[in-house]
Order: sequence, then structure tokens, then C-alpha cells
Amino acid sequence: MSTEKIIMAGFGGQGVMSMGQLLTYAGMIENKQVSWLPSYGPEMRGGTANCSVIVSDSLIGSPIITQDATAVIVMNLPSLIKFEKNLRANGRVLINSSLIEKKAERQDVEDYYIPANEIANEIGNLRVANMVMLGAYLELTKAVSVDSVIEAFKKVYGAGKEHLIPLNKEALERGAAVVRG
Amino acid sequence: MTRILMKGNEAIGAAAIKAGCRYFFGYPITPQNELPEFMSKEMPKVDGVYVQAESEVAAINMVYGAAGTGARVMTSSSSPGIALKQEGITYIAGAELPCVIVNISRGGPGLGGIQPSQADYFQSTRGGGNGDYRLLVYAPASLQEAVDLVIEAFDAADYYRNPVMVIGDGMIGQMMEPVEFREPATKRELPTKDWATTGTNSSRKPNIINSLALDPEELEKHNIKLDKKYKEMEEKEVRYEMYKMEDAEVVMVAYGTTARIAKNAVDALEKEGIKVGLIRPITLWPFPYKAFKEIPATAKALLSVEMSMGQMIDDVKIANEGRLPVEFYGRAGGMIPTPEAIAAKVKDILGGAK
Repeated sequence: MSTEKIIMAGFGGQGVMSMGQLLTYAGMIENKQVSWLPSYGPEMRGGTANCSVIVSDSLIGSPIITQDATAVIVMNLPSLIKFEKNLRANGRVLINSSLIEKKAERQDVEDYYIPANEIANEIGNLRVANMVMLGAYLELTKAVSVDSVIEAFKKVYGAGKEHLIPLNKEALERGAAVVRG
Repeated sequence: MTRILMKGNEAIGAAAIKAGCRYFFGYPITPQNELPEFMSKEMPKVDGVYVQAESEVAAINMVYGAAGTGARVMTSSSSPGIALKQEGITYIAGAELPCVIVNISRGGPGLGGIQPSQADYFQSTRGGGNGDYRLLVYAPASLQEAVDLVIEAFDAADYYRNPVMVIGDGMIGQMMEPVEFREPATKRELPTKDWATTGTNSSRKPNIINSLALDPEELEKHNIKLDKKYKEMEEKEVRYEMYKMEDAEVVMVAYGTTARIAKNAVDALEKEGIKVGLIRPITLWPFPYKAFKEIPATAKALLSVEMSMGQMIDDVKIANEGRLPVEFYGRAGGMIPTPEAIAAKVKDILGGAK
């Protein structure tokens, strides 16, 4: 891994910001260079929320991802339409197929379809759909280890949420299984 | 020290507390709201004071009052809010009081927008308020630098008895990066605050905090005294970074997060065999004019890259002393330049793609 540039997007409440923060925190735990840049402003109310995460072995220049995303993780349709164009050639687009029927349009990228909402419901909590997507992403890229993400989870959410760790672990694993093929 | 992942606005607040700031007066405005929010939570834990004032004007005058007692005090706002504070800022500079002012700037003019912008360059370096005064202005490009400079700003303010501004665009406020809190790089011998209005205890003459001087002779003397201080800042406080300047054909000048985007453009162009360097002012005032003396003979042009319609370019022209053509690339209103567009501009300057 040299530099991973990921755009995560969905609607407010799908946990895209926290998914990005967990990945960023996990990267920091592994002593990598990291940055997390959120979209902010009126579009967050009801529209798409997104964040740009960079995890790198070398110093990070701009925290903004323009046309050079190595991966795009989209939780809803407007996000796919908005961010597919930001992928570099051979980049990866991870699509939440529970909510997005459309396929990736670009032929020069790798596309993956993960029924994140269905899987999250199956294991008992819709709110971990983001972790299903993150699990798939980590399986494909090994950007950080799953252990680091769990470590990050403990740091970000504190002792009060530790009982949720098994559920989140399972979500990560189920997402990974979809793309393991 | 361990690194912590923090949002820019919160990291700036934490750095201020670390530097001994115990008084914060503010008024909400996007994109700096997490800073007062953080202070409202954290100040009580260190026996500090947080007040959400009734307006920006009130907040800066609370800063004036607290600074007069010798306390370490800070306020923060964003562009139009900083405009409202200008009267207080010039009074504080006139009365020679230390304080730190943070501007997490947004697009203007007027109420403008809430997205990142650098259109407050004139406001912060040319004085938004009246009279002959200067602010020391730091422009961090990363959260670590923001934290370091905020901690340093309190020392510099005390040393010069002058307001210090830390200016970041909305991106600095909103993004998250790892930071660690460390001692300031510059060790300063700080004078005792024997001018502070802390009560005479009937043992000395009262100290007076004032910016009114009706006798022109007296006021001129005061102006000369202030100017001496600003000259000392120009001599000692200039900071900048030079990036890949060797054999550069075009030298870009950019500060804050724009400098990071410019660096990406420099690296991308390097891969194509085009040599471009970058001067990154870290202090906007005093401006690093002397950095321009180190520009290599290979340089054919300067390119000022800003998130404005062109403000810093005035200083670039002063620094250039008419030697090289000075070009400009900027986005405004909250739009952010892309490395690709900057690289295209460089190729344009060099006469088409190589």
C-alpha cells in the first residue's frame, strides 16, 4: 500500500462520516499519514454527506481528492452519480446494492456490489451497514488491518460502546466475505 | 507525546488551553463553530472562563478587558465576524495588549458563503481597523502547524504586547489530522506584565489601559514606539517554507491549504519533467519578502495561487521588485483550486504542454 484516497458518501445517518473517521484513526494507529476531510454546509441536511480520507505511507499533500480517488464507497444512488467520476483509472467503486440498483457506468474501474443494508439487517442492526461496506473495502485493499479498526472503535466510542464490538466485527467480516468471492 | 486525531477547530482550542489561555469570548459562525463549542466544554475543566457574547463586537471588547488584566485570552470567528471585531482589534493594538484572534475564513464579501476561502488576506495583513497598526499573522497549512502556531501565538502576543492572528480557511477548521501538543519552537524571554490592571493594592500608581491620545506630539511618539515593535517583528518573525526550488522554471507562491494543493501540482509536474518550486508564506505579516531573494536564475515566472480573486499577489509583486512576470491563478467564493488546474496554468505560462 502506498497511498489510499477514498471518498465515502451517502445520505445523512448512514454513518459515512464515522466510517471515514474509523479508517483514519486506524491508519494513525498503524503510524501511517492520515487526513479526513468532511463536506460541510447546507447539503448535509437531507442531501448527501461525504468525506475524503487519505491513508498513506508518505506525507499527504492536499487532503482534497479530485480525480484521483483510489476508491469510492457509495451508500446511496446520488452518491454514485456524484462521485464515480472522481475515480482514477483502475480505481474501485464499492456500491451498496441494497439501495442502488444502478451499475457503475465506467468501464475502466473495478466495481463491487455489496448488499450492505440486507446484511446489516440479517445480523441484527441496520446501523452497521457502513461497517459492512468498510469490511469489503478493507478486504480488497488491506489499507489497514481489521484489528486496527476495532482498536480505533474503542478509542473513538469509548468503553460505553464496547458491547457493540462483536456486532461491528461481524459486519466487517460479512462485508469482506462478499468481495472475497 | 502521543498523536491524537482531532478536528482542526477543536485542535486549535486544545492548543490554546495548552498555552495557558483561560478566557475565551466568542459568537457562533460557520465554519468555526466547533472551536467555541470545544471551549465551552473544556474551559470549565481548567477553571477557565467561556462566554458566548451577545455579538462579535461584545466578544472582542471582552477580550480587550481580559487582556488588560494580563490574562491569556482568545476569540475566534469567521470572515464577516472578524470584520465586526476590527474596531476592538485596533483598540487592543493601540493599547498594546496581547491576545490571540482566530479567523477560520469563508467566502465573501458581505455574509458571503461558508466554504473555504482566502479572501481575508487584505483584512488581516492591511489592517481591517483604523490607524497605524499591524498584526502578526500566522497561516498554518496543516493541523499540526495550526496547533504549534496557536501555542506560539500566545508567547508572541505577550512578547510584543500585540494581537496575533491565526488564519485558517474552512478546511483547516473542518478537517481531521493527527496532532501532538509540544513546546513552542521559539523560546522567548517574556517580560513581566507590570502594565496590567490587576488592582494597585494601594502600593503603586494605577495602570491605565487606553488608546486615546489627543495630543498629536504624544500620539506620534506612540506611533513611533509601535512602529519600532513592528520593525522588530519584520526582522525576527518572518517564516516561510521553500519547496523544490532547485532549477525551478516557475515559482508558485501559496499559503494555507492552497499551498498543499499547490505541492500536489508541483509533484505531478515534476513527474512530467517540469520543474516548479513553491514559496509558502507561514507568516502573512510580516510577509517573507526575503524568500524571493533565493529564487533560482532558472525561474521564468512567478505564480500566485490563492482562494481569492488575487490579494497576496500584491505582496508577491512587492517581493518580486519587477524582476519576473507575476501570474495569478485563483478560485473564489468557496471553490477550491485543483492540482490539475494549477498544473495546467503552469503549462500555460511555459507556453503550452511539453
